[in-house]
Amino acid sequence: MLGARHAVVAKEGWALDVFCFQMPTTQTMPDVHGHFGPYGGMFVPETLMSALHDLAAEYERAKTDPAFQDELSALLRDFAGRPTPLYFAERLTERLAGGRIYLKREDLLHTGAHKINNALGQILLAQRMGKQRIIAETGAGQHGVATATVAARFGCECVIYMGEVDMDRQRLNVARMKLLGAKVVPVTAGQATLKEAINEAMRDWVTNVRTTHYILGSVLGSHPYPMMVRDFQSVIGVEARRQILEREKRLPDLLVACVGGGSNAIGLFHPFLEDRAVRMIGVEAGGEGIRSGKHAARFQGGRLGILQGTKTFLLANEEGQIELTHSVSAGLDYAAVGPEHSYLRDLGRVEYTYATDDEALNAFKTLSETEGIIPALETAHAIAYLVKNAPKMKRNELVLVNCSGRGDKDVDQAAAAFGLKEKSK
Amino acid sequence: MKNRIDNCFARLGADKRKGFIPYICAGDPTLERTVDLALALEKAGADLIELGLPFSDPLADGIVNQLAAQRALAAGTTIRGVFDCVCEIRAKSQIPIVLYSYLNPIFQFGAEKFHREAEKAGVDGLLILDLPPEEDIDLPKANVLHIRLIAPTTPQPRIEKIAKTAKGFLYYVSREGVTGARDSIASSLTEKIAELRKYSQLPIAVGFGISTPDQARKVAQPADAVVVGSAIVDLIAKHGDKPEMIEKVSAFAGELAAAAKSS
Repeated sequence: MLGARHAVVAKEGWALDVFCFQMPTTQTMPDVHGHFGPYGGMFVPETLMSALHDLAAEYERAKTDPAFQDELSALLRDFAGRPTPLYFAERLTERLAGGRIYLKREDLLHTGAHKINNALGQILLAQRMGKQRIIAETGAGQHGVATATVAARFGCECVIYMGEVDMDRQRLNVARMKLLGAKVVPVTAGQATLKEAINEAMRDWVTNVRTTHYILGSVLGSHPYPMMVRDFQSVIGVEARRQILEREKRLPDLLVACVGGGSNAIGLFHPFLEDRAVRMIGVEAGGEGIRSGKHAARFQGGRLGILQGTKTFLLANEEGQIELTHSVSAGLDYAAVGPEHSYLRDLGRVEYTYATDDEALNAFKTLSETEGIIPALETAHAIAYLVKNAPKMKRNELVLVNCSGRGDKDVDQAAAAFGLKEKSK
Repeated sequence: MKNRIDNCFARLGADKRKGFIPYICAGDPTLERTVDLALALEKAGADLIELGLPFSDPLADGIVNQLAAQRALAAGTTIRGVFDCVCEIRAKSQIPIVLYSYLNPIFQFGAEKFHREAEKAGVDGLLILDLPPEEDIDLPKANVLHIRLIAPTTPQPRIEKIAKTAKGFLYYVSREGVTGARDSIASSLTEKIAELRKYSQLPIAVGFGISTPDQARKVAQPADAVVVGSAIVDLIAKHGDKPEMIEKVSAFAGELAAAAKSS
C-alpha cells in the first residue's frame, strides 16, 4: 500500500518535461468590459482607462501567442517549481475521521505561495509592453514578495505598497522584499492594511502610468485584472484536476479554498466549473465573529457596491463608506471580494462560508502537528472548514483543499497566539 | 431646461471672462462652516463651486483631499447633511454647485433617488471620479448634469466619445496623477485644449495640480475656467474651525480669482 503510493509520488515528482500550461482561451465570462453578470466592470479614474484598455489588448494578444505560452510555462516550471504536488494528507484524514483529504501544495512554490503564478504572467506582459517600472500592493506580503522576485528576475525597478499594520505583522516578508531590491512604502492612511495599500498603488499608477505596470495581486480591481489573474491562477485547478484523476480515477466531491480577494480559490475552482458534481466552498475571514462586526466576511455582512475599480460584494455602511475589516490573516483582511466570486455565488455554483480567527489558528496548529506542514494563516481558514466539517463527511468523500501558502511569515504571530514565544530579556 | 452651469458659462463667454472654480470638501471642518465658506468664496470671485462629497477611499485624490474627507466623515458628515448644506447655500445664492464624488456613496443611496434629491437641494452637476462613460448609470431625467473628465492619457477616439455625452463643461485633468499641488504645469496644455475644442463646443475647465495665482493665470489663458482644490483645502486644514479661517481662505481665493480673470 505504502509502496504503491510512493511510486505515484515518485512518478509525478520526476516527470521531467510534461509541464506545459495552456492559457484558457474560450471563457465566456467576463464580457468585453469585464462584467461577470452584474459584477465587475471598469470603475476607475479616466487617467487609467487607456492603460487598462492597452493591458487588456496586450493580454488578449499574449494568451494566444505560442512564444508567450512557452516562456510562461518554462518560468512556471523551472523558476517557480511547477507542477506542485497533490498530496494525500493521511494523518489529517485519520484525525478528522471523515473525507479523504488531498492538499494542492501551492505552499511548495518558489516564494511560498500561489502568488508567483500571477506575478510571472504579469511581468511577462509588462516586458511585452516595454514597462520597466513595477508596482504592487501587498497585504500578507506574499504577493509583494512574488512581485519583488519577478522584478529582480527581470531587472525591473520595483515599488511595493504595504499598510503599516501589515508591515508590522508580516515583518519577515518586508525584509524579503527589501533583500530582493524592492522599495517598500509604508501606507499609514485609514486602517493601514490591504485596502489602503491598493489606494496608494493606484495613485502611483495614475501618476506614472506611461512607464509603470501595476501587478495587482488578486482577482480584484478593474477589468482586465479579475479575468487575467484568474487565468494565470487557473494553472492550479488544471493541474489538480489531472492529478486527482490520475490518483483516484475520479473527480473530487469537494473543493475548498480560502477567499480574500479570491485568487487562489478561483484558480482552483475555475477548471472544475463544468464538472457539475464537484461542490466548491470558499472560506472568508470571520475574524472575531460576524456579530462582533470585526471580520472580513463580505458574503455574511456585506452589500453590493463599488470599490477600487469593481462592482462586487463589500463591507460598507449605508452611506457607502467602506467599513473597517478585521482578520488575524493580513491576506484576507480586505473589504471587497473578487467580482467573479459574487457571480459564482449568485449562480449557486460556489458556496461561501467563513472561519473565525480562533478556528483558523486552531487549524494552523492541527495541520502543523498532523502533517508537518505549517500553512499560511490565510490557508488555515480553508483547513478550518475541514476541521469543522470533515468529521461529518463519508470516509470515501474526496476533498481537495488548496494549500495556498506556507506559514513561515506567520510563525511569530502564531507563536505569540499560542504562548510559545520565549521571553526576551 | 437651462441649468445654472450653462447660464454661468454663457455669461462668462458674453463678458469674455475666465471662470474660477474652487473645490472644498463638504463637512470640513463642519457643514455649517461649509455654507459660510461657499458664500464667502462666491464673494471672493468664484463662478462655480465644486463641493466634495466625502468618501472613505478617494483613490483619485492626493493626501490633502483624502485627509479633508476623513475630517468631514469624522465630523459626522452624511449625504443628507450635504444636501441640507446645499439647500442652505441655495437659500442665499444662485452660484452653480457641482458635487464631486465617488460612485459607491451614490450607489448605496440609490442613484435615482440621489439625482432627484440633489436636484431638489439645488445641485447643478455631478462629477463622479470613478464612473467612466462606459459604466454610466441610467440617468433619470433630473436636471443634474454629469460632468466628464478627460485626461492627458485619453486617446483621441475616446475624447470624441466622451465629448459626445458630456454636458455643462469638460473637465480636463491638467496633470497625470492625483489631485494635489504641483510646482509646474504641463507645457502641452495649450495644444491639448485646442485638440479638445475640435470635438466639443462645451467650455473647458482645467484642474488637478493648480495651486498658485501665477499657475491659475497661465492655465486660464487657453481654458475657460480654472479649478483649484488642494491648495484651498490645505488652507482650510491649517486654520480649521478658528474664526479667521474664512477670511484667510477668502483672501487666497480672491487672489486666484483675480489671476484667472486677468488672463
